Amino acid sequence: MTFERLRHLLGIEPLPAEQISFLLDQARPFQQIQRHPLKKLATLRGKSVVLAFFEPSTRTRISFGAAAARLGADTMAFQAESSSLKKGESLADTAWTLEAMKPDCIVMRHAASGAAQFVSERVGIPVVNAGDGLHEHPTQALLDALTIRDRRGSLENLEITILGDIVHSRVARSNVHLLSKFGARITLCGPAMWVPREMESLAPGVRRCFSIDEALRGAEVVMALRVQQERMNEPGLPREDYIRLYQLTPARLALARPGALVLHPGPMNRGLEIDPAVADGPQSCVLEQVTNGVAVRMALLYLLIGGPGGLEDLPHAPD
Amino acid sequence: MLLIKNGRVIDPASGTDARMDVLLDGDRIAAVGPNLTAASAEIVDAGAWVVAPGFIDLHCHLREPGDETSETIASGTRAAARGGFTAVCPMPNTRPVNDSAAVTRFILDRAAAAGAVRIWPIGAVSAGSRGEQLAEIAGMKEAGIVAVSDDGHPVASAKLLRQAMEYCAPLGLPVIDHCEEPSLFAGAVMREGPSSARLGLSGMPAATESIAVARDIQVAGLTQARLHVAHLSAANSLEMVREAKRRGLGVTCEVTPHHFTLTDEDVHYDTRFKVNPPIGSREDREALVAGLADGTVDAIATDHAPHEAPRKEVEFDRASFGMTGFETALALALSELYHSGRVGLARVVELFTTGPACVLGKTRRLARGEPADLTLFSLDHAWTFHAADSASLSRNSPFDGRAFRGAPMMTIVVGRIVFRR
Repeated sequence: MTFERLRHLLGIEPLPAEQISFLLDQARPFQQIQRHPLKKLATLRGKSVVLAFFEPSTRTRISFGAAAARLGADTMAFQAESSSLKKGESLADTAWTLEAMKPDCIVMRHAASGAAQFVSERVGIPVVNAGDGLHEHPTQALLDALTIRDRRGSLENLEITILGDIVHSRVARSNVHLLSKFGARITLCGPAMWVPREMESLAPGVRRCFSIDEALRGAEVVMALRVQQERMNEPGLPREDYIRLYQLTPARLALARPGALVLHPGPMNRGLEIDPAVADGPQSCVLEQVTNGVAVRMALLYLLIGGPGGLEDLPHAPD
Repeated sequence: MLLIKNGRVIDPASGTDARMDVLLDGDRIAAVGPNLTAASAEIVDAGAWVVAPGFIDLHCHLREPGDETSETIASGTRAAARGGFTAVCPMPNTRPVNDSAAVTRFILDRAAAAGAVRIWPIGAVSAGSRGEQLAEIAGMKEAGIVAVSDDGHPVASAKLLRQAMEYCAPLGLPVIDHCEEPSLFAGAVMREGPSSARLGLSGMPAATESIAVARDIQVAGLTQARLHVAHLSAANSLEMVREAKRRGLGVTCEVTPHHFTLTDEDVHYDTRFKVNPPIGSREDREALVAGLADGTVDAIATDHAPHEAPRKEVEFDRASFGMTGFETALALALSELYHSGRVGLARVVELFTTGPACVLGKTRRLARGEPADLTLFSLDHAWTFHAADSASLSRNSPFDGRAFRGAPMMTIVVGRIVFRR
């Protein structure tokens, strides 16, 4: 391998494509474990993971919790509602306090872009970014990539369309970085104020488009992003217009390649960014994404805080 | 008496650039010329240095009164002296705001007691800088202010700006505006562009500044009074100032060393780079350097803005805006402007001396009878700036650890050596 051993996972942008492929390969045995009646391994027994969610989250927190539990690690949860943040403690002090409890890894979500990097520069243990502001959500991009690779057999040179509030989406940024490294041509589509010109410079092969029909034509993968309700309060974007112009409907999906995959990072606003018929339709990968999320996070925790070796010291995971 | 021998004397006011001696007697320059002698004088060998009129900084924050853990008049002026400045103009956004003669007098009393260099305070435009009614400007003028500004905030409305400019004209005070359209600024932490998009940080476009510059220039046309644009950062703003000057309006502007040195690509998540106005694009930087060279820009000003560590050791979104600047200003000007071949040496000196003096309606000359304020600097002295060694109480410099060629070597204020490297 030509890449350095992963110390933290702060974002997709700095990772070479080979390292991403390696991470996805490592997830495979953990995907198989998800299908077993007994899912618990002892690989990380005695290790502990802090789940520091400075911003509310249900699915990502539970997914990381499940990943840690199935590897035998203990978790210490920390949530915004009960946090000392409310008492005025700085992020640096919180990070040092958590580290002093001697966990092996910090998984963190925070509303400020760069927060995971900030903590990684101050603690001596691995930090996993579970979403930092508008910046990145790297495990979401990894689980999306795993889902796409499983369904299509390859990640190379795909036609991708991402729909919605691109500029405020860390999921979009991580996915753009990841897929672009594999030669994807990526179309970003949404209302103009949510798809500023600068987003085209995020990575090679990115263009923007304001017509959903044009954006979907020829797409092999369509990602619909969650529209945050609070953004609807910003000037200039009535909900009805968003639905009229950008909702992913069966008729619009028919413009994409036959069998095009539909992904959504969840939680979905049915009837806003996605028509329920698409969300529940045969092309939807939404629940697979969730299952793959646990596998990818298991692989990641294993690589970051597991034994010194590779997967050899894993108990054999039967097919 | 102090006799400065064999320096390369650069005096922009007279166009002098020649090897000469300068004799100081008490608080005045006694003579400037070749082969001066004075039996009882202390001799300074300036053979390797440039000898210039004392540098003026039009824009800084000394944080006293109100925020003395970040900076004091004593520490801030020591840092200014180390940067070669002999007079600095602190902005009024202290606690309390310098919006009355009493606060102005407090600042000047502190300066007299503890200041290493001269302090020329700037008073608030409006009471409390709240943008509602005019502050006690004539009273502050009597107490010693040299200009007015609501720095930190733009002058709130065109009407208030008009009133201030009309009111200040007969008082001989320029109005300095921090040009910013509030609705575009709200929530933003850096310049909008490819870097902000990549980092996921909320950006403000260059137009945040230039929209306000456009308003202000219109008001300057209306009032025919003096307007000075603080820390100009965007190419479009500069173009408007250039055009206003061409039309003969009394519009001037300053540029900071960080804006002519850095670009938004340097920001990352390092809060030491978080400053307002934010660092601009490469094109902006190029335009600013061109404006510094061609005379559109009147002065280099530091916007020295110290912040105690807890305000910077936080997430980028939550960090305070501002960076320290006194001690690196000249070195940045020499490396980015002079050594790069973009701006001539006499022009660089002008930007620190006659340029800012002129903005304030003052003169700055190296001649017999003038105040004995001098800045002696080396074009080649190799050194590295370490924020930990700074005289400032704060450490928030993006230039920490940067190696420089050229530095202030000696600062003389009222005939006294206040800094010697």
